[in-house]
Amino acid sequence: MMSTTKPAPGKPRARPSFYFRYLVEPYLYISPAFVLIALVMLVPLVIGVSYAFQSVSLLRPFETGWVGTENFQALWTDRKFWLALKNTFWWTLGSIFFQFFLGLGLALLLNTHFYGKRLVQALVFLPWAVPTFLSALTWAWLFNPTIGPLPHWLAALGILSEPYNILGDPDLAMWGPITANVWFGIPFFAITLLAALQSIPGELYEAAEIDGATAWQSFTKITLPFLAPMIAITVMLRTIWIANFADLIFVMTGGGPANSTQILSTYIFTTAFRKLDFGYASAIAVALLVLLLIYAVILLVLRRRLVKI
Amino acid sequence: MSALRKSSPLAVTGKYLALAFYLTFALFPLYWLAKIAVTPDKLIFSEGTAMVPSSFTFENFRTVLIATDFLSYFKNSLIVSLGTAAITTCVAAAAGYAFSRFDFRGKRLVIALMLITQMFPLLMIIAPIYKIVAAVGLLNSLTSLIIVYTAFNVPFATFLMQSFFDGIPKDLEEAGMIDGCTRFEALRKIILPLTLPGLGATLGFIFTAAWSELLFALMLINSNDTMTFPVGLLTFVSKFSVDWGQMMAAGVLALVPSCLFFIFIQRYLVQGLTSGAVKG
Repeated sequence: MMSTTKPAPGKPRARPSFYFRYLVEPYLYISPAFVLIALVMLVPLVIGVSYAFQSVSLLRPFETGWVGTENFQALWTDRKFWLALKNTFWWTLGSIFFQFFLGLGLALLLNTHFYGKRLVQALVFLPWAVPTFLSALTWAWLFNPTIGPLPHWLAALGILSEPYNILGDPDLAMWGPITANVWFGIPFFAITLLAALQSIPGELYEAAEIDGATAWQSFTKITLPFLAPMIAITVMLRTIWIANFADLIFVMTGGGPANSTQILSTYIFTTAFRKLDFGYASAIAVALLVLLLIYAVILLVLRRRLVKI
Repeated sequence: MSALRKSSPLAVTGKYLALAFYLTFALFPLYWLAKIAVTPDKLIFSEGTAMVPSSFTFENFRTVLIATDFLSYFKNSLIVSLGTAAITTCVAAAAGYAFSRFDFRGKRLVIALMLITQMFPLLMIIAPIYKIVAAVGLLNSLTSLIIVYTAFNVPFATFLMQSFFDGIPKDLEEAGMIDGCTRFEALRKIILPLTLPGLGATLGFIFTAAWSELLFALMLINSNDTMTFPVGLLTFVSKFSVDWGQMMAAGVLALVPSCLFFIFIQRYLVQGLTSGAVKG
């Protein structure tokens, strides 16, 4: 694999032929990446879609074969699927809402001048570098009343009647993974929005100040319009990413209690990993993919209508 | 630039309070992890929620490193992450260079295919990957993880590398080529040294991504010898869910490599994204 990344350029000192330079060379550079992606991602993707129409279960090895839309019919009447769909919606909405607004706030703060800025910036971005499984375990431990402080604080604030583990309460359990996800995701929004903020020309603010604009006016009339395209694209990508994001929930609650934190992606994983029912898992994955595609198309159309930059 | 132009004392106080809130929120969970890790076993329950333990110990780290398999998990994760980062960076640098410098037939198609791989749920291919890997006989091997992770990370790394190459003027290697270098020589001798920060950022980014991947490792590895750190830690947690001090000590150890890399690369990330944003 390594050798193909360094295409051998014929004889070193010879003038490269026209043919080589313009027709073959680009493909030498691109082919390792292309071959890898095609073999490891695109081919399995096609196979995965085909699994959705087959019975592929490692626990029932003799009942394989094409079953048409049987998996999808089972999905339609599967109460767990509809519950997971509802949970996916709340999980995604709750996570993206807090991630975005807290991330925007942080980006605006980091775009001002203050003492020790480089250190602060490195430290507030740190949660992003924490491996996901570790964020999940850390937050699960923080919510555990035996060793974690959070239940005691929540009880002291009167939010909980007594310090118990909210991850075991079907009504509240979803807030656990959402909190962990917000903690983990703020830096991403802050980094991308900070990059966009830094590319706004400073003269615009100076001109606005000379014209007597208030800070709020320069924010809504200069900052927001400049950020809008970046906001649209990051929110869309993050929504898709969060909806697909199974690690946090899988580690923190495993989808429980009573499936109250089961989202579609964890449902896919547990079906494949625990039940080894690859056909059904692929059918759920296809359903999730279709939903995300619809979402992306709607958002892209809206963006074309609303953002005129 | 600054939004707070005529800064009133109230606004300044508010700004520092907000910064303090963000810092606390970001660092408190990590502080707690480290705190429990250095708390002696007998104090964990009696002082469970005290902010600072009354005495410290490194016993938990010692036990984790000597009496458990974590050193082997650590080594496996290091092999997988370094292997993935190195191969991905080479492959992505080549592809990113092609996107940045060449116009070739099928370029748009390749870019579109790469974008597609970033959109669909990765879990969708977990079943086919398992079957393929099992068919080639690579279950429980680190090689399979390196290949799979490399493919997952190549698209993003390619776009990242492309933006770094775009920032380097074309004239540089054209001058080299007029002086008799081949393009590849010019790339190696002139362009690559200039993109070292970009290569470093990409390496670090991919390393952390590979270091924290869990679900595919869980699916493809189930022998104790080849478990990566996430899989090992999770198995440990479900088996010995009462030994808090040791679990958190293991957690702190898992944190070290990715944090080191991150502190090194985070400056380049904002820079790289800024230059991308300027170009639109």
